[in-house]
Amino acid sequence: MQYDVAVIGCGVIGAAAAYSLSKYKLSVTILEAENDVADATTKANSGILHAGYDPEPGSIMADMNIKGVKMAKELCKKLDVPVKWPGSLVVAFSDAEMKTVKQLYDRGIKNGVKNMEILNGSQVHAMEPALSTEIKGALLAKDAGVVYPWEYALALAETAVRNGVELRRNFKVNQITKQGKDGYMLKSESGDFVTAKYVINAAGVYTDFIHNLVAPPAFKILPNRGEYYLMDKTEGNLVTRVIFQCPTEKGKGVLVSPTARGNLIVGPNAVDGKKDYTGVTRSGLDYVEEYAKKSVPSLDLRASIRNFAGVRANNDQNDFIIREAENAKGFIDLAGIKSPGLTSAPAIGERCVELLDKAGLKLEAKKVFIDTRKRIKFTDLSVAEKQELVKKNPLYGRVICRCETITEGEIIDALRAPIPPVSVDGIKRRCGTGMGRCQGGFCGPRVMEILMNEAHISYRDLVMDKTGSYMLEGVTKGQEGDNL
Amino acid sequence: MKNLICICCPKGCHLTVDENNDFAVTGNTCKRGETYGKQEVKDPQRIVTSTVAVSGSTYVRCPVKTDKTISKGLMFEAMKSLNHIVIPAPVKLGQIIVQNVCNTGANFIATREIK
Amino acid sequence: MSGSAENTYDLIVVGAGPAGLAAAVEAWNKGLKKILIIERAKEAGGILVQCIHNGFGLHYFKEELTGPEYAGRFIEMAKKTGIEIKLDTMVLDVTPDRKVHMINTKDGYQILEGKSIILAMGCRERTRGAIGIPGTRPAGVYTAGTAQRLLNIEGYMPGKRVLILGSGDIGLIMARRLTLEGAKVLACVELLPFSGGLTRNIVQCLHDFDIPLYLSHTITEIKGDRRVTGAVVMKLDEHRKPVPGTEMEFDCDTILLSVGLIPENELTKKAGIKMDMRTKGAIVYEDRETSLPGVFACGNAVHVHDLVDFVTEEGQLAGAGAAAYVQGTENTDSKVIELENGNDVGYTVPQHIRPGKMGDMTGVYFRVRSVHKEPCFISIKSGSTEIARLKRDHMAPGEMERINLTKDQLKNITEKITISIEAGDAK
Repeated sequence: MQYDVAVIGCGVIGAAAAYSLSKYKLSVTILEAENDVADATTKANSGILHAGYDPEPGSIMADMNIKGVKMAKELCKKLDVPVKWPGSLVVAFSDAEMKTVKQLYDRGIKNGVKNMEILNGSQVHAMEPALSTEIKGALLAKDAGVVYPWEYALALAETAVRNGVELRRNFKVNQITKQGKDGYMLKSESGDFVTAKYVINAAGVYTDFIHNLVAPPAFKILPNRGEYYLMDKTEGNLVTRVIFQCPTEKGKGVLVSPTARGNLIVGPNAVDGKKDYTGVTRSGLDYVEEYAKKSVPSLDLRASIRNFAGVRANNDQNDFIIREAENAKGFIDLAGIKSPGLTSAPAIGERCVELLDKAGLKLEAKKVFIDTRKRIKFTDLSVAEKQELVKKNPLYGRVICRCETITEGEIIDALRAPIPPVSVDGIKRRCGTGMGRCQGGFCGPRVMEILMNEAHISYRDLVMDKTGSYMLEGVTKGQEGDNL
Repeated sequence: MKNLICICCPKGCHLTVDENNDFAVTGNTCKRGETYGKQEVKDPQRIVTSTVAVSGSTYVRCPVKTDKTISKGLMFEAMKSLNHIVIPAPVKLGQIIVQNVCNTGANFIATREIK
Repeated sequence: MSGSAENTYDLIVVGAGPAGLAAAVEAWNKGLKKILIIERAKEAGGILVQCIHNGFGLHYFKEELTGPEYAGRFIEMAKKTGIEIKLDTMVLDVTPDRKVHMINTKDGYQILEGKSIILAMGCRERTRGAIGIPGTRPAGVYTAGTAQRLLNIEGYMPGKRVLILGSGDIGLIMARRLTLEGAKVLACVELLPFSGGLTRNIVQCLHDFDIPLYLSHTITEIKGDRRVTGAVVMKLDEHRKPVPGTEMEFDCDTILLSVGLIPENELTKKAGIKMDMRTKGAIVYEDRETSLPGVFACGNAVHVHDLVDFVTEEGQLAGAGAAAYVQGTENTDSKVIELENGNDVGYTVPQHIRPGKMGDMTGVYFRVRSVHKEPCFISIKSGSTEIARLKRDHMAPGEMERINLTKDQLKNITEKITISIEAGDAK
């Protein structure tokens, strides 16, 4: 199949590129290696929409961050993405750190960040009583937000698909052949192939590998792992704002923050790691605990409901790599997108379209573009709305996930959406089942049953998340096929 | 000499049973322990519980148990006897699913009703 | 929607497990006639439905029954009454003025009212996340109860080579169950220096199958990218820290977690009912009434039980209490006696007693904190006066204890009662 554009990777960056591209009369395909979208870095990060005082003024990061955080407000509303705008504090424990705070403030001004203020210790404590009394002051940035990053990517990808983009899952690009005027032929590990005039490399931690398939090596991805604690919603109000510590060369440091879904997230550390290792380590968790308790001494990690880790695509170039690859016309790298990558995503999507325009792609805007998305979230409805909804569709009357109050109706909705789930965790990410304090203990078997029945998946093929993460070994009594 | 823990009461006395001396039991603090120790070494007995496949119902498995203890050594054989049976619904509580399991005189019976 | 006669019940019970069933039947027997049990599963019986092993009912029925049989007895009892049961129905909210918000596919979203309410939601399992096991997050890590449900109800084998963390009864029972169904259970790993399960289960679930039990050990890492490929187990020192050099690698594809049960109290907390941090359940009186008048709690929702027979007893207490409440039975004495956990006692249920409301006798349940293999004494004191002293040959945290206090013993008590454990050679 021949396309105008092929996007490699459906993380938040690839999804944003596809979303921007879907506004134009183009044939676009997304090639996603896994069986679901955004199943790597995008789903395992802090979920912060940074105000924009961190990046070096004049850098691509700064430009994309500032644009992206502005775009996020409207986008999340239009596309029904869980988001909150609590603001952030970068806290300082010493005079030296207060100097850093001032530097960040100045940087923010240069970058065009509004609504910032330098606070003293007593102002900080008035705002956030749970913070350490050792804190001397902080940088307040009112425009910082927290978003549910996975759904941000899904919403962008779903909208792209609604507007004609084709998503190919289980397409792991391992070979790219230049085709001259016709662009590129992209082959997958399983032997499929597509051809596209233009290619967007949004392959996350694998962008260097993909780049090197068509061009001389120009950058190296330095995978860096960050480990987290996710706390019970009972802790969701421990702090009101995103609490940062002063950044170091290692990165933005350990944060404590409310999440868009109402939990509290604590982390990450920053350890040089492997591209595909997302385990948590004792030393990593201990590090997170030590540093988090510096900011919030009363933090009780016994209220943690889950640990996870994500790998950032740090690179050896000190900035985002957003450019056409050398000797590869029409091949655009969107590489090394570490923090503030999530915040920058929609801006990167638009920048990508600009680069394609420069590279010769003809852009004609569609007359009709579906630019909204709405998902029924049962638990957010009023009593009257709930009553109405169940009358219309009784499946909203069966609560499957007790902890988060998720109904069967919502799971069926997800299975009928443009990018349906194919795994138990796919349903979890879309609907919230299993995200509560029992972590799927009650709803797990029910979700498995619904998925097997609705998606016609046999127990043998039922996976928890990625391909190969099978859940069930077999059937008791050696009976194959009865009622199953 | 066999060492085992008595399970008759929460005390959990550590028993020693001498098979070469008419199964004499030491370490017990009551008669029940002595009886248990002798039986457990001579011919340990167990109740076996499992499930059996069911058809014609939204329930796919019915829980079953042996209505008497059987020799411990026959547990896996007993389990095998349930393997390729499919019981059609409805099932009555106490219904015999497998008669005379492994020739022990015990039956596998259903421990619930299935409508 | 509320206040109408058809939506008002004498008693609404949340949960049709053994606690809720016993409570409803007792309330009926004590004279309440309009009783509704709301159950979220598609059938009554609670967790017993998946507990296909035997060992239930030795005290209550003087017989050894399997879980389904025990539940079946109470379901039959309930069937013989006019008690209404709504299945496949979730209670979303219980308000302080005793409104119950429920939802199902047939009736939709309903707001009912109970003249009395009994909360019997049972408990849930502690998760991997709650104990923070390092390593990857592959498929194949299950809590023992979830694996039990998949195996016994749906008929699925969760895996072939199993490592079990936790030697409580659920873990032990599943060790046997999986082995009998053809899996290889490699070991049972227990954090504490002693097992929390019954000796009978150690023998019949581990010894019978030569499954090793590692005490004072824990899993320090889970391995596997998509599915579990292994786990690292290490010995712990007296500070519960892993001892370097004691790493054991287990080649498993499944890990079962049996690391504790937690009373299910979302509804209780939402209603503003006072909670006990020690039990993780509501603070209750002798008839299991909570801090909210007319709202009672019983079963695993109040404190995690070992014997279902005690759950039944507790359900009956709550049922009788609810009936007395609705019938307006007088409280002859406004005195409330607080109970406190003394030396080596973790908690007591009830947490306070109203002698004016109790019958001749009231049972007090508690758990000890450490294992006592030698005889010791339970000392019940009020202030410095010892009201009662009971000898026990053996006590352990895994075996809930019960003592009785009579109305007579409480007659002249004014100070709080403390229950403590004293060593056998004391006094």
